Amino acid sequence: MTKRMKYGEAIRTALFHAMEHDPKVFVFGLGVDDHRAIFGSLTGLAEKFGPERVFDTPISEAAMTGVAVGAAVNGLKPVHVHIRSDFLYLAMDQLFNIAAKWRYMFGGRMNVPLVVRAVIGRSWGQGAQHSQSLQSFFMHVPGWKVVMPTTPADAQGLTLAAINDPNPVFILEHRLLYDIVGDVPDPPVAAPLGKAYIRRAGKDLTIVANSYMVVESLKAAEFLETQGISAEVVDPVSLVPLDRETIVASVRKTGRLIVVDTSWTACGVSAEIAAIAAERAFDCLKQPVRRLGMQPTPCPVSKPLENAFYPSARTIAMEAFSMLGRAFPDVNVPVLTSTFKGPF
Amino acid sequence: MIKKKNKMKRPDAATSIELYRTMLRIRLAEQKITEVYPTDKIQSPIHLSVGQEAIAAGVCGALAHGDHVHGTYRGHAFYIAKGGDMKRMFAELYGKDTGCARGKGGSMHLADPDAGLMSCSAIVASTIPVATGDAYASSRQGRKRVVVSVFGDGAIDEGVFFESVNFAVLKKLPIIYVLENNWYAIHSKVPERRKQLDLYRVAEGLGLTGEKFDGNDASTVYNAASAAVASIRKGGGPRLLEFTAYRWHEHVGPGVDFHESYRRKNEQALAQKNDPLKLAKADLTKRCKVKPELFAQWEAELRREVDEAVDFAEKSPFPTVENLFQDVYAESL
Ligand SMILES: Cc1ncc(C[n+]2csc(CCOP(=O)(O)OP(=O)(O)O)c2C)c(N)n1
Ligand SMILES: [Mg+2]
Repeated sequence: MTKRMKYGEAIRTALFHAMEHDPKVFVFGLGVDDHRAIFGSLTGLAEKFGPERVFDTPISEAAMTGVAVGAAVNGLKPVHVHIRSDFLYLAMDQLFNIAAKWRYMFGGRMNVPLVVRAVIGRSWGQGAQHSQSLQSFFMHVPGWKVVMPTTPADAQGLTLAAINDPNPVFILEHRLLYDIVGDVPDPPVAAPLGKAYIRRAGKDLTIVANSYMVVESLKAAEFLETQGISAEVVDPVSLVPLDRETIVASVRKTGRLIVVDTSWTACGVSAEIAAIAAERAFDCLKQPVRRLGMQPTPCPVSKPLENAFYPSARTIAMEAFSMLGRAFPDVNVPVLTSTFKGPF
Repeated sequence: MIKKKNKMKRPDAATSIELYRTMLRIRLAEQKITEVYPTDKIQSPIHLSVGQEAIAAGVCGALAHGDHVHGTYRGHAFYIAKGGDMKRMFAELYGKDTGCARGKGGSMHLADPDAGLMSCSAIVASTIPVATGDAYASSRQGRKRVVVSVFGDGAIDEGVFFESVNFAVLKKLPIIYVLENNWYAIHSKVPERRKQLDLYRVAEGLGLTGEKFDGNDASTVYNAASAAVASIRKGGGPRLLEFTAYRWHEHVGPGVDFHESYRRKNEQALAQKNDPLKLAKADLTKRCKVKPELFAQWEAELRREVDEAVDFAEKSPFPTVENLFQDVYAESL
């Protein structure tokens, strides 16, 4: 059975399911029990499971992350929630010196079954400190698993998988995906960690995109189709572990690769995937790999600057044309697809 | 203990009038923001200080032009009170090139270094250590400048608050920690985040003396801040001033949410009763014999100033795309 629902609700079904089946699971973080319930992803949880298992905290990200680690090591399963991923910079020490290394540093004698959920902000002037997308940090440091669910089904399946996993798992959600509706298993089922999805099949070029960039890439691919260009869109979903095979197979098939990430390109997901293509599909590449991400600046508030800051369906399509050596057509092309309105 | 305002000597008429006018300037500017907001011309999260104007007016009223303030995302009030350029503030909210941050910062990142409003940050507590460093620089440079670090009741949950205070006490820095206690961090009440509710005493163990005042009364705030400034200028160490206040609007956005379940019962009535503008107006009328015509005249004048600022913002150009790449570094790489 499946049910149609929004992204946030899909997360909620996973948490509801996990908490009903495992009393060790608890959810905490700023605002988790308020009436907004983190964009609806926690609606009704506090009422159902009570303040012992769903609770707000002092604004103390560093300490609370350490608290989560300590609880996880000692038999509980914390899900720590952050309404913006930017706030995790305050917890760098606990995330990377402690959580990431605990199992290894102590010779594999203890696990840290911790889940950290964080939301990437975008649009309506989120600005420099409410728009960052921290996947590269978590990929860089061994010890964390990292997922970026795109569809409501991913959101449900990976939230459950993350809770079931014995390792620390970072779930990075995108604010603009919260408006997406999709079919989701009912009752909830865990999705495999480490499996990429072909969101659209094609033969002329491969677009590897993650999270909200999948939405923009699919829009671009739709447009490219009308122009006689067949683009394949691959969504890794899970960045650690990363399904290299699916990515490499697609690149070997099309011979062209554009990587679109929600973050900066330097030392990022796009750099990693470009390197994988160079290492494993070099002989098949007809063109140098292209990368798109946030421009190498902090995120500006002013709308025209913000529009130029992010990749969009339009810039992705333009990149595809340029890669195929074709002039960009003088037709109505898709621009930003989001209709998000603030204030937050 | 909350200092009883009636036991205090009130500021002279000229100062009281100035405090009132500053509060009115803030109120009218923020009311204008809520009027403009539904048109989508301001595409920036906004955190309003309506109801909390007395703190900004009173604290900044006690400072000299060369003193510094570091604030938060709830920054309009301190920006205006410290003498920040109103036109450039509105232009910033509109994301225009003429904004105080050239449209790059928006409402949450106001700064006007010419006026001594040095920073506002969207990360809770993040300007507290920076303000402390500003005070360190000041003390190295001969203690000419008093620095004010403004933050909310939520910010003292963060470790950097205590780490900064410890350093400030250790080095006897010329800084005032101004705690705006509006009882909420977003939707979470103070007692949901801590057991010890005397926030002004929170860093006593580190050697930071704190005091608590009614932050709805601009005269009280002004007196408290003036005393702290005087003590610091004489070489006294850091101080903490807690001011109670009511946040009239929702945490973020132009709406009013007194009806929401997280709010205290009667809070709207209490907020209105303690309206800093109403209190100051009553005091000016009674004590300083200010006539209704004069209030009306000030209001008209300040409305004009706000309207002009909006007009300036509307007519200003957006930054061009080349601007995106400027100012990441001091030079272009
Ligand atoms: C480090 C960090 N954690 C969480 C947030 C989200 N957040 C924004 S404002 C706020 C509440 C702060 O409350 P308080 O310090 O009392 O200031 P107020 O908004 O009441 O003026 C929170 C938790 C943030 N911006 N930064
Ligand atoms: Mg507060």
